[in-house]
This record gives sequence, C-alpha cells and structure tokens, in this order.
Amino acid sequence: MIPTNLIILIALGYVVLLFALAYFSERWAKGEAGKFLRSPLIYTLAISVYCTSWTFYGAVGSAARTGYEIFTIYLGPTLVFVGWWFGLRKLVRVGRTQRITSLADLISSRFGKSSRLAVLVTLIAVIGTTPYIALQLKAITTSLNVMTLGVNVDQPGLNVDDVRLALGVAVAMAIFTILFGTRNVDAKEQHHGVVAAIAFEAIIKLIALLAVGIFVVYGLGDGFSEVFARADAAQINAFEYGGFNSRWVAMIILSAAAIICLPRQFQITVVENSNENHLRTASWAFPLYLFAMSIFTLPIAIVGTAMLPPGSDPDMFVLTLPLNFGQEGLALFAFIGGFSSATSMIIIASIALSIMVSNHIVVPIALRLPGRSDDDEGGGVTDLLLTSRRISICVILGLGFLYFWLTNGSGALALIGLISFAGVAQTLPAIVAALFWRDATAKGAGAGLFIGFVVWAYSMFLPSFEESSISVAQWVQNGPYGIEFLKPQALFGLTGMDPLVHSVFWSLFANTVALVLVSLSTSQSVLERIQSALFVDAFRRMPGIETRFMRTSAATNDLFFVAQRVLGAERAGAVFDSFAREQGRSRTNLEPTPEFIALLEKELAGSIGAASAHVMISQVVSGDNISLQEVMKIADETQQVIEYSQQLEQKSEELRLTAEKLQDANAKLRELDQQKDEFLSQVSHEVRTPMTSIRSFSEILLEPEELDEQDRQRFLSTIHTESLRLTQLLDEILDLSALERGEKVWTNAPVDVVDAMDRAVSVCESLARPKNMQIRRHNVPAQAMVLGHADRLAQVFINLITNAIKYNDEPHPYVEVRFSNHGKRLLIEFQDNGPGIAAKERRRVFEKFARGQRGATSGQTGSGLGLAISSQIIARMKGKIELVKGDGFGACFRVSLPLYEGEV
Amino acid sequence: MTIDVLIVEDEPSILDSLDFILRRAGWSTQSAQDGEAALKAVREIKPRVVVLDVMLPKKSGFEVLKLLRQDEQTVNLPVLMLTAKGQAQDRRIAEELGANSFVTKPYANSDVVGAVRALIGDQQRVN
Repeated sequence: MIPTNLIILIALGYVVLLFALAYFSERWAKGEAGKFLRSPLIYTLAISVYCTSWTFYGAVGSAARTGYEIFTIYLGPTLVFVGWWFGLRKLVRVGRTQRITSLADLISSRFGKSSRLAVLVTLIAVIGTTPYIALQLKAITTSLNVMTLGVNVDQPGLNVDDVRLALGVAVAMAIFTILFGTRNVDAKEQHHGVVAAIAFEAIIKLIALLAVGIFVVYGLGDGFSEVFARADAAQINAFEYGGFNSRWVAMIILSAAAIICLPRQFQITVVENSNENHLRTASWAFPLYLFAMSIFTLPIAIVGTAMLPPGSDPDMFVLTLPLNFGQEGLALFAFIGGFSSATSMIIIASIALSIMVSNHIVVPIALRLPGRSDDDEGGGVTDLLLTSRRISICVILGLGFLYFWLTNGSGALALIGLISFAGVAQTLPAIVAALFWRDATAKGAGAGLFIGFVVWAYSMFLPSFEESSISVAQWVQNGPYGIEFLKPQALFGLTGMDPLVHSVFWSLFANTVALVLVSLSTSQSVLERIQSALFVDAFRRMPGIETRFMRTSAATNDLFFVAQRVLGAERAGAVFDSFAREQGRSRTNLEPTPEFIALLEKELAGSIGAASAHVMISQVVSGDNISLQEVMKIADETQQVIEYSQQLEQKSEELRLTAEKLQDANAKLRELDQQKDEFLSQVSHEVRTPMTSIRSFSEILLEPEELDEQDRQRFLSTIHTESLRLTQLLDEILDLSALERGEKVWTNAPVDVVDAMDRAVSVCESLARPKNMQIRRHNVPAQAMVLGHADRLAQVFINLITNAIKYNDEPHPYVEVRFSNHGKRLLIEFQDNGPGIAAKERRRVFEKFARGQRGATSGQTGSGLGLAISSQIIARMKGKIELVKGDGFGACFRVSLPLYEGEV
Repeated sequence: MTIDVLIVEDEPSILDSLDFILRRAGWSTQSAQDGEAALKAVREIKPRVVVLDVMLPKKSGFEVLKLLRQDEQTVNLPVLMLTAKGQAQDRRIAEELGANSFVTKPYANSDVVGAVRALIGDQQRVN
C-alpha cells in the first residue's frame, strides 16, 4: 500500500510541474520555442483532451460490461477528423476569420450576433458539462481510494473523505485555471501555457496507459492472441450486445457531436488553433492517438475480469491490475496518467465555459448597466472580464462538485460521460445549420436548441438523479403524476428503447425538426443574412461585405478609448499602430476607415464576443455615422416610405371620393338654394298679393274724395280679410319651417282619431253651411287610437275638409269622410264631388304653394301651404297622406295611420 | 262704345281696387280673370289700354302679351304690366316682349292712374 499523503504529495508535485510547464511555455511562446509550441504536434496532443479519465479508466469498465460498444466513443471523433475536409476545416476557418471565442459565440455570431442565443448556448454548455466535471472528480477520488486503501470492490456511496478530496481537487483546479486561463483577456491570443501543459498531460496519460497495457498483455498475459483467447473464460463476449445496434448508432452520433460541441474540444480545436493546416496533421494523428489509447482497453478488461477477484470495479482495472500484481510503481504512474487526464479536462472545460459565461452573460449585462460604459479608467472592461472569468471558473467547478455530491458519485463513468455528450450534442444541429444552411434563422436555431435541451434535460439529465432522489426515481418509474405518456425514459409511449437511444432520438429529432420548421417559417434580419453569408461562404472571398459600417468618420480617439478598455493599452496601441503603418500615417492621424473599424470590432470580438463587440463599436461609431443597425433602420424606413406612399394613394382615393361627395353635397346645396329662392319668390308673391290690396284700398280710403258708405264698408272689409290672410300665411310659413326643421317639441301620445275628427267637423261646419256643403261620415268606429298629437291631427282634418269645401262649385256639394281598417293601419278617406285635381297637378299638391286650379268662383284664398303642412304632420305620426283615385270624380285624399294597440 | 281699359287680374280684391281707381279717374273698364279670357276680351271689346298682371291662370301675362304682339291688330295696343317688385327678371321679359309701361305691386294708386293716362295720351297723339 502506498501512503495517502505520499500519493497526494505526488499529485501535488505533478500539478506544480504543470504550473512550471505552463509558466515557462507562456514565456517561451514569444521566443523561438514558440514555433514548437504552435506546432501541429502540440495542437494534436491538445485535442486529445477528449480522452479524459472516462477514457482512461471508464473505457475498460465499459469494455468489461458491454464489449466493443466502447469503441464507438473513438469511432465518432475518428470519422470527424478523417473527414475534416468537409466540416472541421470550415468550422476552423470561420472560427479564425470571425475571431470566434467559443461555441456560444459561434452560434450567436452566425445568427445575427444574437445575444439571446449566446446565453442559451452558454447555459446548455454549462449544464451539459457539469456532469462531466463531476465525472472527473469521481475518477480522481475513486482512483485515490484505490491507491491508498486498495479498495477494489464496487463501493457505492461516498464517505466524508471522498467529498473533501473532491472539493480539494476542485479548488486546486480552480486555482490553476485562474492562474493560467485568465492571464489575459483576448481569448484569441490563445493560452499557449495551458495548451503546452495539456499536450504534456496527453503524453503522460498515453504512456501510462500503454505501460499498463504492455504489462497486462505481455507481463500477465502472453500477447494479444493469448489474451483474447481468455475472453470466453472471462465471460466477456465482445459481441454480447449484438454488435452493431441502435445504441451504437446513438453513441457514434454522440461522440462525433462531442468532438465538435464539447466546450473544451471547441476551445482546443477551433479557438486555440493557430494554423488551419494543423488540421491536416491532426486528421491522421488524432485518430492514431485514439487508437493507441484504446488498443489495450479490451485486453485489460479481459485480463482484469479473469484474474482479479470477482466484484472488482472494472472502472479501476487500470490501477488494480498493477497493484494486485505488485507493480506499485506502475500503478502510481497509471494513477498520474488518470489524474492528468482528469485535470486536463477540468482545466480546458472551465476555461472554455468561463469565456462563454463572461462574454455572453456578464459583459452584456455590464454593458447595459447605466454608467458602466463610461467607466473612469481604461482598464475597466479588462478588469471586469478577468474578474467575471475568475468567478465563472469557481462557479463552474462548484457546480461540478455539487453534481458529484448530489448524485453521490453514483453510476458508471461511461454513463455520466454520455449524459454530457448528449447535452452538448444539442448544439450540433445549430452548428451544422450555421455552417451549411444559408436560410437557417436565429429563431429557428433558438427554437431547436431550446426544445432539444428541454427534452434532454427531462429524459436524461433528470433521471441521472434517480439513485439520489426517491421522487425522481418514482417520476422515472411511473411518469410525472402517474402519466405514463410523459415518463422521462419512455416519452410519448415510445417504450422498449434503451434510455440513451430514447433520449438522443427524441432530443435531436425535436431539435432538428424545430430548427428546420421555424427557420422555414421565419425570415432573417439583415445582419443575419450578412453573417449567414460570411459563415456559409467562408471559403469564398466576399470583399466589402465585412464592412459593417457604411460611412465612418468616428473619432480615432473614441475608438482607441474603447479598444484600450477592452484590450488594454498595450494591445490597443499595437493594433492601432499596425494599421496606421499600413496607411502610412502616425497613430494619431489614423483614418478610421470602415475596414479598420471592422478589424477593430473583430479584435474586440476576440475578447468579449461578437455581440458585445458590435454593441460597443456601434456606440462609438453610430454617433454621426451610419451603422449597420442604422442601415437596417433605413431599410425599415424605405419600407415605411413604400407603405406611406401606398397610404397616400389610398388617401388620395379617399380624397377623390370626398371631393365627389362634396360635389354632390354642393349640387344638393345649390338645389336647396334654388329651392330657397323659389320659396322666397313664392312667399314674396303670396305676401305681395294681400299687401297690394291693402295698400290700394287704404290709399282710396285715405283720399279726401267722398266714398259712398257701401264701398267704404266693402273696402274696409277687404283690407281686414287680406290682413288676416297675411297673418295666416306668415303663421303657416313659420309652422311649416319649424316642422321641416323638426325643431318643435313633438311628443306622440295615444289619441282618439274619432275625437279629433269630431272637433274638425264642428270647426268646418260654419264654413260649409253658407255653401250648403254636406259633411258626411261613414263607418265611424267607436274609437280608433293612434299615436299622435290631437290638435295637429284635427288641424290636418280641418285642412282637408276646408280644401274640399273651398274648391267645390257643385250645386249639391258634399264631402264624405270614410273610415276603414287595413291590417294594423287605420285609413281615413276624404272624398268630395268637386272639380277634382288636374292630372298634371296631382304630383305637386303636397308641395309648398302648389295651389290647385281655382274654380270660377274662387274668392277663396289659401296660402298653398296647407297640404304641405298636413303631410309633415302625418309623417310625424308615422302615417302617410296621399291623393288617391277615389270613386271617379272629385278629389280623394287618404290618410293612413298605424293603429295603437297598447294601453291607453 | 269703346272701353278704355281692360283689367286682367285674377286676385278679386286687387281687381276690385284697380277697377275702382280707374273708373274714378274717368275711364270705362272691363275685366278678365285669366289669360284666355283676356285675349278674348281684347278681340271683342278692343280696349284702348290693357292693364295686365303677370301671374294668371290658364295663360300667363307674358303669354298673353306675346300673342298680342304677334297679332297685327293688337301689335301696337298699349299694355301696362303689373309686375312684382324685386322681380327684375319679370320686367326684362316684359320689355323684350313689348310691354309699354310697368307698375310694381304693391302699387300706389296714382302710379297706376298716371301710367294709364300716359298710355292713353300717347295713343291719342298717335291717332
């Protein structure tokens, strides 16, 4: 047994070695040795951060449990790297040209520099990576336990030491990452020190695993063929699980996605890439490395199963085999190999995640805070970035530790790893769309990411807490609230599937479908289209399109001030100087051309992400210039102008209609005016006639000449009659005018028509008597109620009867008043035996001043307004007065009124 | 015996007043109460002057005047038109049609008598 303290000391010593390596690499990177550090070899070795403690320890465990299946974990990345020409090359090119700092930045930048997408991807990455970090912590604690206590039996649950140990590791990793991962803010300036340390670790873990493998195959066994021959005895059937099946497909997809989407892989492959051609080397060297890492996996599993006591944890065979066969030194080396594979993962993952968190969550919030952008000193943003990254690292490692603690470190290493793979794989559809599908929209990407992430979290992440939470276990068993349909591992009734395949299928399926459908049904903004072209056409030269600011005369000072705050004075100065040199001017005379501003934005994007950089530069440039956003605004305005002109067209159409209406109204007014003239002319005529008589007779009477009494009497009586006529005329004119304007207060009340008729007839009797006129009534009912006005109704009857009397010259004149009912209407007819009304006058009788042809004996005077007034009155009572064909001679007027049936 | 003045007026009270003042001025008068009766009376009684109202039943005063001027026998018959004050249109039409004199209603009795006297005087001079 090796003392615990010694092992911890050795682990610490190893970390110190890493510190030193990182420190000196950082210094050498600027000198001659930098070339080596930026070589394809180091790049390839760094990519092998893919091989974590899961691969180091867990692969053997997986092989012992499920045979060949574990090799799918190597197959996916191998396919991606061998086929680098198709996908990876474009990804790296875009990453370099667009100064992409992270996975979130890539997706955000492609989809119109959307900060929402950046936040979403960051959250997915953080949550997806958390189990993975926990996995590393678990591997370290377990391996340490094995080394110190020789525990080689499956031991679920944690003891306090494990928790403390895991916490200690997490803290140590946090310190290392903060020291070497947050030295400077330009993520694009790359972490040469860290990369060198990772490359070194890659070598350590490879050699350690190879050493164990050689010992197992050639020390314990007798070569490969002999070892494989033992497979049956060890009851390991490499094809036990049916060989190629749906689980294999799911795992190949997941691992292929992981080599691109895992934040640490993206960091190393895309962000830390210093030369696109390094991919060429990596495309064969990395698969070779994977092959070397996996070559002894199955033999160790076979030998371990065969030679170690039953119940030994296969995940720890790499340690327990040397330990059990007295090779403590080899075991220690293997431990260091496993330790380095775990630490390299933790370091790179937390750097990658901290960049995302600070660039996409902390900085955008800080930039929006009032007063923040007007910070006093130039180093404001730099400090903010570094601080936020340091805190992010602590939070991320804290989350990993928390997951480790909450899940009690349960579950096989491989399972935890797959949860992470599936989580980050949700970004794959968005990445593929970003690089290859021109019409993919931000909304589509957002919908896909969100739905995929939710399905993954529900069907995979949640069930991982099954063993530590009873309620989660019940949920997984029976579905939420017993709804089978929503069982996390059998969603929508899809049962009988491996939980992994089930979750991968549903999440990626929903993700892709949402991405495609939403993209097809939404449209891109201008910025999205431009970014889409930059990404999809990454290999085509697109001159001019990167000029994001149309016209610029932004003050160089302002730009420098912004740059200085983000990049620091030194780097900002360098950027400005180099561009000034290109222009052949001094820094102070630098012309801030669109190219320069685009370049500067890219430089800033390298530090704080594309979205934030764009916001910052826009703040400076858009002062009196046109930014892209303004261009978009102008485009919107153009659209508005088009809409406006359409509105104008509509307006002018409306105006035309209004003009027509006005013309109509005008014509009507003119007609009314003419009617008014005619009316006035009529009135003046009607007034003039009695006035003429009155004046003439007055003059006669005023003259001194003698008049006989009879004449005098006659003249006076004429004057009197004509004055009365004049008064009546004026009264009627006023009455009619009031009726026509509808001004008079008029309330209809139930009225007995028979009653009104009695009154009218008694008034007319005195007029009828001198002419021997008979007024006959027929079919008079006892009572006939209508809604009306009693006096007015009588007025109408008087008018009609008086007319009949006035114009009747027959020797035996009469007027008949006949009552009858027609449905719900009361009809009253006034039939006389007078001269009747000439055909040509019939139509005009109800018009004003339309007097009928007078009979020879006409001495009867009338204003010609009576029927017009009557007509108005009856209309007010919702009735009608008309001239009808009576019994053939004379005139016949018919009044019809609606009968009142209500209560009286 | 010749009738001096033919009064054509449909309003009984106005007719009464015209008849009275013209008779009192010393002329003999006859009256007609519509246009057709007026034409008939002119042919039959051949008055020296016609006092013609505009608004008449059957034929208007203008129609009567027009027909009188078309007839050779009456083309020079002096006609005094009774028009309404303010109806400039009426007066213009009457002038065109060949009315000899105008009096507007309501008239001063002396104006009517003066106008008739002038017309009769003119005629005597012509004769």
